[in-house]
Amino acid sequence: MNKTVNPKDLTSDGDNGPLYVAHKKVYPQSVSGTFRRIKWGLMAVCLGIYYFLPFVRWNRGLGAPSQAVLIDLPNSRFYFFFIELWPQEVYYFTGLLIVAAVALFLMNSVGGRIWCGYLCPQTVWTDVFYAVERLVEGDRRERMKKDKSSDPMKLERISEIVLKHSIWLMIAWWTGGAWVLYFYDAPTLVKELVTFQGPMIAYIWIGILTATTYLLAGYMREQVCTYMCPWPRIQAALTDEWALNVTYRYDRGEKRTSVKKAAELRALGEQVGDCVDCYQCVAVCPTGIDIRNGPQLECIQCGLCIDACDNVMTKIGRPKRLIGYDNDINIHRRQEGKAPIYKIVRARTVAYSAIIAAVGGFMIYTLATRSLLDVNVLHDRNPVAVKLSDGSIRNAYTVRLLNKSGYDRVIAIDASGPANLTIHVVGADSVTPDRPMIVIPRDSTSELRLLVTAPAESNTEKSIPVRFHVTDIGLGEAASATDNFVAP
Amino acid sequence: MSEHQGEFDAVTGRHTTGHEWDGIKELNTPLPRWWVITFYLTIVWAIGYWIIYPAWPLISSNTTGLLGYSTRASLAVELANLETIRGDKMAALAAASLADIEKDPALLALARAKGKTVFGDNCAPCHGSGAAGAKGYPNLNDDDWLWGGTLDQIMQTIQFGARSGHAKTHEGQMLAFGKDGVLKPEEIVTVANYVRALSGLPTRKGYDAAKGEKIFAENCVACHGDGGKGNQEMGAPNLTDKIWLYGSDEATLIETISQGRAGVMPAWEGRLDPATIKAMAVYVHSLGGGK
Ligand code: SF4
Ligand code: SF4
Repeated sequence: MNKTVNPKDLTSDGDNGPLYVAHKKVYPQSVSGTFRRIKWGLMAVCLGIYYFLPFVRWNRGLGAPSQAVLIDLPNSRFYFFFIELWPQEVYYFTGLLIVAAVALFLMNSVGGRIWCGYLCPQTVWTDVFYAVERLVEGDRRERMKKDKSSDPMKLERISEIVLKHSIWLMIAWWTGGAWVLYFYDAPTLVKELVTFQGPMIAYIWIGILTATTYLLAGYMREQVCTYMCPWPRIQAALTDEWALNVTYRYDRGEKRTSVKKAAELRALGEQVGDCVDCYQCVAVCPTGIDIRNGPQLECIQCGLCIDACDNVMTKIGRPKRLIGYDNDINIHRRQEGKAPIYKIVRARTVAYSAIIAAVGGFMIYTLATRSLLDVNVLHDRNPVAVKLSDGSIRNAYTVRLLNKSGYDRVIAIDASGPANLTIHVVGADSVTPDRPMIVIPRDSTSELRLLVTAPAESNTEKSIPVRFHVTDIGLGEAASATDNFVAP
Repeated sequence: MSEHQGEFDAVTGRHTTGHEWDGIKELNTPLPRWWVITFYLTIVWAIGYWIIYPAWPLISSNTTGLLGYSTRASLAVELANLETIRGDKMAALAAASLADIEKDPALLALARAKGKTVFGDNCAPCHGSGAAGAKGYPNLNDDDWLWGGTLDQIMQTIQFGARSGHAKTHEGQMLAFGKDGVLKPEEIVTVANYVRALSGLPTRKGYDAAKGEKIFAENCVACHGDGGKGNQEMGAPNLTDKIWLYGSDEATLIETISQGRAGVMPAWEGRLDPATIKAMAVYVHSLGGGK
């Protein structure tokens, strides 16, 4: 082993080979049918919402934004139609995330990765990009031929490529553009953007999203689903035997042979399947797999292979759905001559639905009953208590009042706790002694310095709870907060 | 990476580096090319950085970089911008009277915010971050004031200080009755107990109250007034209330009477601009003790 050997003379045992199989480009063929139509429909709905929602108006009165859905970062507000959320209420998003996650679980237990196949942004935009590609360069065969062609630099071909990429970039740019519209008044921002007066950050975000859309939908496509997305792994662990997945019903597919041969063999009384081995299901698959090999990680449950095979079955006069949403249990039942059963109501789906209903219901309840008036109190720490010249004791608090409503309020503040205490708000002239009143403008917060004084003799204890009540003297709406009154 | 022409390891099909430890040889597993290129690029980047931005310290200065950029200069620009943004608000503060500021919630909030920051930077070392004070440094949250607790008086104290050497400063000090030989030690003990009695504190057994009153009348009334109620003109504290700047126990009082007291508060005029001093006065007044 000590002599020099040329590595090329040795046959490797394989561990010197490349770590990954080189990427094989997928050329999905166009197809028509039920699932394709559903996909077109959902795509229109999703993109329609995404691109046009920022332009929907919602009247919130003078001075408030009139955009139905708006993430107002500078003012820390989130507007969704009639709902307005403050930073203190971001927990609603936690609820939303829980509902979204469990909804994904529910979809998964009913129909496998239907989210992936129909609604996932990666799928939707990739589908759009494929449509453009097909329109410009032609369908599967043509594209394959053009990519292989040894003389690709003909003017016609170049113009095709340029056209395709221009359309792609335009879609990608529109995608990034729509994104920023959710963060600013859309019509104003559009005007600013086209006159090059928009904020730099908007151009940066448009740039980032244009680049990622172009890259992910134009080049990475199914590789995002196969290699980058964690969901295929997670869903594999979440699924069960009753979930409906796109399944090749091998019970009526095997053995595969051509139409003519099948007829001959059938005449001889031999067992043949309906699959004519035409590879249509493979040709249309956007992830480039053969579903006849059984359930696979790459399959996004888009149902396009079902459409493809249905078309073939119709042509050769066999029943449709040689490929369909099904599970192994039913294939076995059919093989045993029993009728298939479909169980959508199962412990799992019921539990998921219950969680969604509970969390959703709780969110709606809290949203409907939430107070539009709120108060937070913070005790002064240095000093915690002050002795006045007559021996009485005073504590100071920072009080934050939140008026989340659309109108100005007159707020009265009361405190209850140690006996005989008096309260004073710095800067507030009160008509009623000991009951400070302050005006809090709509949709804003006010920070006040509140002084609570108790006579010397009343303070025998070190720390006594004190409760602050704030009341809208017009509407009677109230809120309160508790802190402590401390003796030195 | 050039191919290492040394030993070849038949098991793995790779070259070794030629290094050997106790019969174990190291395989030559070079970094991936993209990694190495990235590494070299970071070096190139760093060199570019050195040239473009200020980087190298010289003997008395530093390289300024091709862009002429420096964080210090950009900070100055940012601060100037901030001044422009805040300009009209601070102008409003400067223009308003002290009383008006307290009446306008917006101005009050601004003055308090500004005052709090300035207080933290300048006054907290003596008075504490929340103005709670310390022995010899008044608590600004209470209602006892040596030089007066109205807005104007507070502002004046901040402007000119106390015993600060400024022409308009507050003057007046507690004399050293013991050190200067004005009172004998036993007289000091007696008057100290008298002062404690003024604010209702217990006194030493067998102390002569009549003698205490006499000593007080002869020596202390001039500044602390009849009955020891104090005099803000001279910064002489009220001796009848519950608040004590240096402490109310007998030993502390004896020390105060025999050694004297003359705490210094610096003058802030000239060091802080008028609007800032105004904001600070409003802040201190709003702490709760202001009259
Ligand atoms: S196998 Fe069928 S359902 Fe799965 S990704 Fe391919 S075409 Fe879609
Ligand atoms: S499309 Fe249908 S018939 Fe054709 S290969 Fe696929 S499963 Fe067989």
